[in-house]
Amino acid sequence: MTDAPPVLEMHAITKRFPGTLACDRIDLDVRPGEVLALLGENGAGKSTLMNILYGLLAPDAGEIRIDGEPATIRDPADAIRRGIGMVHQHFMLVPVLTVAENVILGQETVLGPGVLDLHEAERRIRTLAEQLGFEIDPRTRVDQLSVGQQQRVEILKALYRGARILVLDEPTAVLTPQETQEIFGVLRRLQAEGTSIIFISHKLDEVLAIADRITVIRRGRVVGTRTPAETNEEELAELMVGREVSLVVDRGASHPGEPVLRITGLHVSDDRGNEMVRGIDLEVRAGEILGIAGVAGNGQDELVEALVGLRRPTAGTVELSGRDVTGKSPREMRLRDVAFVPADRQRFGLVLSYPIRDNLVLTDYFEPPFARGPLRNEKAVDERARELVAEFDIRTPSVMTHASALSGGNQQKVVVARECSGDTSLLVLDQPTRGVDVGSVEFIHKQVIAKRDASTAVLLVSAELDEVLELSDRIAVIFRGRLVATFDADEAEREKIGLLMARGEAAAREMSEGVAVGRPS
Amino acid sequence: MSGPTERPGLRDELRAQAGGADELAGVDPVADSETRDTTAAAPARTGPNIGERLGRAWRASAVPILSIVLALAIGAVIILLSPLATGKPIQWDLPVKAYLALLEGAFGTPAQWADETKRFNAISNTLIQSAPLMFGGLAVGLAFKAGLFNIGVAGQFLVGAFAAAMAGATFGSLDTNVAVPLSLAIGGLAGAAYGFIPGFLKARTGAHEVVVTIMLNSIAVVLLTWIVNDLVRAEGFSFPRTADINNAHLPILFGRNLHAGVLLAFAAVFVVRWLLDRTTLGFEIRTVGANPNAARYAGIRPVFIITLTMTLAGLLGGLAGSIQMLGVIGYYAPGITANVGFDSITVALLGRSSPLGIMFAALLFGVLRAGQALMQIRTNNQVPIEVIDVIQALIILFLAADIIVRRVFRLRAAKGALEGEVRTVTASWGEQVAR
Repeated sequence: MTDAPPVLEMHAITKRFPGTLACDRIDLDVRPGEVLALLGENGAGKSTLMNILYGLLAPDAGEIRIDGEPATIRDPADAIRRGIGMVHQHFMLVPVLTVAENVILGQETVLGPGVLDLHEAERRIRTLAEQLGFEIDPRTRVDQLSVGQQQRVEILKALYRGARILVLDEPTAVLTPQETQEIFGVLRRLQAEGTSIIFISHKLDEVLAIADRITVIRRGRVVGTRTPAETNEEELAELMVGREVSLVVDRGASHPGEPVLRITGLHVSDDRGNEMVRGIDLEVRAGEILGIAGVAGNGQDELVEALVGLRRPTAGTVELSGRDVTGKSPREMRLRDVAFVPADRQRFGLVLSYPIRDNLVLTDYFEPPFARGPLRNEKAVDERARELVAEFDIRTPSVMTHASALSGGNQQKVVVARECSGDTSLLVLDQPTRGVDVGSVEFIHKQVIAKRDASTAVLLVSAELDEVLELSDRIAVIFRGRLVATFDADEAEREKIGLLMARGEAAAREMSEGVAVGRPS
Repeated sequence: MSGPTERPGLRDELRAQAGGADELAGVDPVADSETRDTTAAAPARTGPNIGERLGRAWRASAVPILSIVLALAIGAVIILLSPLATGKPIQWDLPVKAYLALLEGAFGTPAQWADETKRFNAISNTLIQSAPLMFGGLAVGLAFKAGLFNIGVAGQFLVGAFAAAMAGATFGSLDTNVAVPLSLAIGGLAGAAYGFIPGFLKARTGAHEVVVTIMLNSIAVVLLTWIVNDLVRAEGFSFPRTADINNAHLPILFGRNLHAGVLLAFAAVFVVRWLLDRTTLGFEIRTVGANPNAARYAGIRPVFIITLTMTLAGLLGGLAGSIQMLGVIGYYAPGITANVGFDSITVALLGRSSPLGIMFAALLFGVLRAGQALMQIRTNNQVPIEVIDVIQALIILFLAADIIVRRVFRLRAAKGALEGEVRTVTASWGEQVAR
């Protein structure tokens, strides 16, 4: 870290929304070549602050200085001119255009008025990419790139416009652990070249790994700034949440009972007909948690969808308490007490335009007491909603508040509350804490353990290896549509599982042969 | 830094609910000393009071109402300038004259009000004009709720009208109490069948309902023209038409011509409202419209709901045609199309797809349609009835480009006027329905 004067200072930034003070006199400064992490729970005000910096929102009060000069940033064009670049969590790319076309969009290199010089643009982008060590062909269409590569296109886009201050909004939320490591490498290279980086996150380990300084925001206020050397995960979590958070799940021994779910020889294809699950056998017993570890995209989604009736397997059987339920509809699976927390809560788990009340009965709205024949019973729905809001600590002004108004963590609590209440024989969890703040993660984990202790069979799929390790009684590793290994929780080693996730059978074979294996290349 | 000050009632209540849990982190920071007076949302336990309800109603209807105001204002300018086209001087009182005549046409002139037998004639006419638009508006609005854009009311209207007229002609000799319900049912079912086709095709094959319904509109026009010209033309008339419906005329409830179909239209508004708000089927329709993926996840079958909703929309469109036949015209003749089909889309958009909104929008359009003739007459043909079409078009323009309305009237980002509808119109192109 340098002691050079800050390139960016934000002073006493205040922004009020109706009923909310999103930013309350926030002070912030970034020095040249520094990675500043902005840490805070969902809804703490991080994104609002960055949108102010990028000219998407106007602050009610406060001052922004760039290179010591007061700067008024009216719109993103202003921000770009002043060397501020932003990589949004949801990429702003046009899928059907090439990398080069996306990068130059809005700043086209032209031969003459209205005539695009794509060759020159491609040349310049190729040079830029080489400097950064990106292996990206500017002529590839963006929809053919992986998520990690698309993110690099976003970074290219910002740098192409001359960004000296790069803001990354939760850049790792969509990445695999490997891609996360790679992007960290990229950030370090940028940093070495003098680019300042603001890294927004709520993941403690990542922030500690990459940042030079960490500024923690809670409920619109800066509650502290630390360097990684002088702090640890526990302290950061406490600053962020405002109370002590237990990062380790308190989990007693499991008492497994009869098998509830038995899958034999299951094959499932995705929408395009690619076989994603290629012969899986597994068993989950009542009162145990089976965790499936794996890098995203190895067939987890298809496996889970086949289990809950959203996707028809191409071969194999699914048995529930001894009954063949292969290919049954979602409704039929629900009626057999199968509950499901989907990976994408906004796409599947919630209707964002509905009040929380209706979301809390989304899957059993048709059953008594929520319906009497063809008529809905709103009173019963209200009552249930109030119970669940209290029981699951969903922080909302009212049960009539729309789900879209809640923070990510509270949205997920709505889904978890709905799926974890009532009788459940099988609970399927797909990425149950993705994009959820630490406080809510702790709460959701406790609910899952409670479910297990109430003799529910739990199948947990997660791309967060730590989550699988912490919660599971048994752990299976999925690689390219097959389970390549299964461990009991007490004999599972982090390193070994990481290798299996990355390399599948090859790693398994090497291990059994006793060959010393290095880091996956 | 000072801790946030609590908003007493709400905070305590939430705290109680949360079992004395610690502070309210997760939510967007709700309360602060400076903001505690703002009501972010209705508290959980106490129902909204009248003031809040009115406020909410205004927020929901501000953009549509102001769109109408703006369209009428621009309409006034057009009226003012219209004499220039024929080389006449501007008359400053012409817009006032025209709009007054429009109102008299819709609600009755002083002379009519003085005569007891004619007192309600104008209002009857307005209601008669509104009724098919109510049915048609519901046909579009209901489909919007399921995320479908039903442009096919024109076709459903014609098919329903023809079927009702044929049924009337066939069963016209029976008792009215039998002939009318039978003809209405047949007209409605024919429309339902015509709505089923695009619904089924959308659900099964992903064929976009907009394309299919536009095609079906043309098919209906041409097919029915041929059928009436060549197959079922009634003897003894100078133009192709179906036979008289005799006893299948809808009973006249009041005055000269206020037929029972008007009552049915109002009833339909409340039936659809009840369906959407109070039944599980309505919940399923709205869920499919709001998030088809979540609907499937929740065990709802979008394929079934989409087909059913389009069928119900077709039923409503068919009934719009049926009451025109059985209540107003009395026979089917090619070229009766009227504009009901497309005006229905405007009505649904203006009513923001809510049944009550559609009812008011249809009444407004009834006023415009019933009053336009007198407007033209009173202004000695200087203001042609086509001005009303211009005003209608302006209303749609302002609804779609609601930012104009908000700028003009300094409205704070009210929830977008047509968010859901516009999404429906633009988003689903080429998408396969989730199975």
